[in-house]
Amino acid sequence: MAGYTRHDYDVLVIGAGGAGLRAAIEAASAGVSVGLICKSLLGKAHTVMAEGGIAAALANVDDRDSWKVHFADTMRGGQYVNNWRMAEIHAREAPDRVRELEAWGAVFDRTTDGRILQRNFGGHRYPRLAHVGDRTGLELIRTLQDHTVHAGVTVHMECTIVDLTTEDGRVTGAFGYERERGRFMLFGARAVILATGGIGRAYRITSNSWEGTGDGHALAYRAGASLIDMEFVQFHPTGMVWPPSVQGILVTEGVRGEGGVLRNSTGERFMFGDIPDNYKKQTADNEEEGWRYTQGDKNARRPPELLTRDHVARCINRELKAGRGSPHGGVFLDISWIKERLPNAEDHIKRKLPSMYHQFKQLADIDITREAMEVGPTTHYIMGGVQVDADSQMSTIEGLFAAGECASGINGANRLGGNSLSDIVVFGKRAGEHAAQYARGHAAGQVSEPQIEAITRTALAPFDRGADAEIPYKVQQELQATMQDLVGIVRTDGEMREALGRLADYNARAERVGVTGHREYHSGWHTALDLRNLLTVSEAITRSAIERAESRGGHFRDDFPAQQSEWGKHNVKVERADDGTMKVTRIPIPPMPDELKQVIEEMK
Amino acid sequence: MARATFRIWRTSGTEGRFQDYSTEVSEGMVVLDAVHRIQAEQAPDLACRWNCKAGKCGSCSAEINGTPRLMCMTRLNELPMAEPVTVEPMRAFPPIRDLVSDVSWNFRVKPRIAKFAPRTPDAPDGTWRMAQRDIDRVQEFRKCIECFLCQDVCHVLRDHNLHEEFIGPRYLTYAAALEMHPLDTADREGALKKDFGIGYCNITKCCTKVCPERIHITDNAIIPLKERVVDRFYDPVSRLLRMFK
Ligand SMILES: Cc1cc2nc3c(=O)[nH]c(=O)nc-3n(C[C@H](O)[C@H](O)[C@H](O)COP(=O)(O)OP(=O)(O)OC[C@H]3O[C@@H](n4cnc5c(N)ncnc54)[C@H](O)[C@@H]3O)c2cc1C
Ligand code: SF4
Ligand code: SF4
Ligand code: FES
Repeated sequence: MAGYTRHDYDVLVIGAGGAGLRAAIEAASAGVSVGLICKSLLGKAHTVMAEGGIAAALANVDDRDSWKVHFADTMRGGQYVNNWRMAEIHAREAPDRVRELEAWGAVFDRTTDGRILQRNFGGHRYPRLAHVGDRTGLELIRTLQDHTVHAGVTVHMECTIVDLTTEDGRVTGAFGYERERGRFMLFGARAVILATGGIGRAYRITSNSWEGTGDGHALAYRAGASLIDMEFVQFHPTGMVWPPSVQGILVTEGVRGEGGVLRNSTGERFMFGDIPDNYKKQTADNEEEGWRYTQGDKNARRPPELLTRDHVARCINRELKAGRGSPHGGVFLDISWIKERLPNAEDHIKRKLPSMYHQFKQLADIDITREAMEVGPTTHYIMGGVQVDADSQMSTIEGLFAAGECASGINGANRLGGNSLSDIVVFGKRAGEHAAQYARGHAAGQVSEPQIEAITRTALAPFDRGADAEIPYKVQQELQATMQDLVGIVRTDGEMREALGRLADYNARAERVGVTGHREYHSGWHTALDLRNLLTVSEAITRSAIERAESRGGHFRDDFPAQQSEWGKHNVKVERADDGTMKVTRIPIPPMPDELKQVIEEMK
Repeated sequence: MARATFRIWRTSGTEGRFQDYSTEVSEGMVVLDAVHRIQAEQAPDLACRWNCKAGKCGSCSAEINGTPRLMCMTRLNELPMAEPVTVEPMRAFPPIRDLVSDVSWNFRVKPRIAKFAPRTPDAPDGTWRMAQRDIDRVQEFRKCIECFLCQDVCHVLRDHNLHEEFIGPRYLTYAAALEMHPLDTADREGALKKDFGIGYCNITKCCTKVCPERIHITDNAIIPLKERVVDRFYDPVSRLLRMFK
């Protein structure tokens, strides 16, 4: 059998984005030993890319804001299939987490009276996103990273976990390899926190990096935990469309928050043409009012460009299908027009959206202070994930916790922009606290040799098959194309069943992928191992999406275009059946307590 | 579609050499795209780091035609494509494989720098007030994406190998961000002189030139820090004043 080194911790955190870092800090401060693992170098996780801001009802810019409004906004955005308890905790605790970041050295943009500045974002009633220009994620991850290095956490960078180890329904550790040399490592742990982020790489067009292969989702699933809400994938309305090599790279919603408008090829601001009924009362019906909103006029309603992402993405999709797209197959997003309204518009844009300015200038030769951008939908985020207890973040497996994007519940059918950065620190902290508590109360479990043997055998199999076998990159590309074409923004039963057939085929091919060479930093091998996870999450997304025969939030069915109230009472759950197949069930959403119902009523 | 040649550093064990790959290139491509294409079509085991593809994470640092740059932000149309484009790892750090070098030293430097220590909150709501103009400078430094290109180019590290004595431009900028943070109370001036080797920097400004975030590393971070250190340790007047404080 292949050799490995062994490391033991009370709490093992898999993932060093905002959720994992915050969890590690919390667990370490509770006095237990903590190991932290990430696939890339420290500080390079997805969190670093977040642009627009972190949502928290600090009420610094508009004192009408409160946790109740934030809670109601989150539930409305999620179309009421959220875990209401998580949405409540999130709205109540986010302000403290933001203030804590400041106390740890984060430097947010300021209001004129020296407090943390907040900006408008889609679906948030008041300006709520604390931010640093358009590089908020960098500020957040760096602050947490710099805090972590003094917190007594042991970090294993560039290390990938391939499977969890379990014993009698309880997690006992994790097994993986260090990317640099390809050597295996076993981590024994009393409690494990998954903080592995998203699944964007299951699609061809995505804002996610190579890391977003749904590892945590798949690790949890294989270990026997339940996943919920997997049909809810967020397609962000504005990704770059040109040049081809940057297709999918995110254009922050902050552009629209600062007054950017969407137009089709005829110059029409098409978003005014389709405002959903439940948002009519809060949405401007003329351009003038929309502009005033972006400039902080408290009596103005928000422009329709700031409606929720699922809706804006579908409207763009419709314009494209109707042949009203831009030259490179997107629509126009224009911020340069604000020079008609603002003196110094050019400087203003560069100050508020510096990395967007940079990104377009350098990658597309476009000066966004002078011309419109071309944008189109991109796979961005998954609302679904590991089913967790709202207060403790423990999954359905003993000792296994999940936080951040790989966990599910807070977002329901659609996430509001800015709610992820707050989610990851609110629930990262909770997961760290409860995992530490769990570790204190439980002795370490056993990791059995046969289990390790099985994992290493699977991991090394691609080398045994060598060069004549299937090429991992190829299978991955075909999988991405299938998900993009058949399980994307607009879905039908027939297409999704076809996707299931193809997935079965890719599964069989994935069993035959091969690589040659050494284990050191071998990207082909890494891709071969990630493929398993991508296949699992793709199947979970597809099966859940077939099950939900209605349209809601990020999930739109052309064959069931309406929302159905019965479906508003259920979540879709997937888990591994005893025979190894994927089992899909509907689970009822527990009734909301009267106080929370009342909050929602008050905010209607 | 046009073809172009990329001369990429490949290693096998401890040996390394350039190998030419010819691949198709199209409008708008960056160097990282070409490397990915070569990886997918010809060299599946070619090692390189990347994440965001948009200049935000600082993973894809390399030396392109001899200059330290981010592969994801280097457009092919900025390069003379008639000749082979050379791509090699950052040379100031030990090699691991192909385009990947061992940057772990950088991660060991940071914990040596005293952490952020804010003064007691003094606003009525238990937080602080800070004016935007007082944090502009610190925000400039905090744009750093830790690509380590500045570390790669600095001769004190690259040519003189003074990793034990000198923390390099990235960490001088980091120290400057802490020192100039309006809330911070910790004192790093002694360490800057003694342990972090600020005196080794002779202001060649090479670091500033390669910084993809366009941070004015030398002018805004290092020179002001040097001045503070000089005032503190060599200026008799301020030393005297401090004695009476
Ligand atoms: C371009 C972009 C812009 C965004 N802008 C915003 C915004 O403005 N506001 C907002 O709220 N949200 C935004 N989001 C969403 C938000 O950034 C993410 O949802 C959030 O950062 C996820 O954090 P996380 O900690 O859950 O996971 P991540 O930050 O994705 O971190 C995952 C970690 O897990 C590790 N990992 C994964 N698999 C394994 C494995 N098998 N073994 C070991 N380690 C593993 C990874 O290496 C990484 O360290 C944006 C996202 C993108 C892509
Ligand atoms: S200015 Fe100083 S830190 Fe920068 S490269 Fe030159 S010697 Fe190094
Ligand atoms: S200061 Fe600039 S060059 Fe140096 S690590 Fe930071 S971003 Fe890179
Ligand atoms: S890939 Fe992130 S900076 Fe190049």
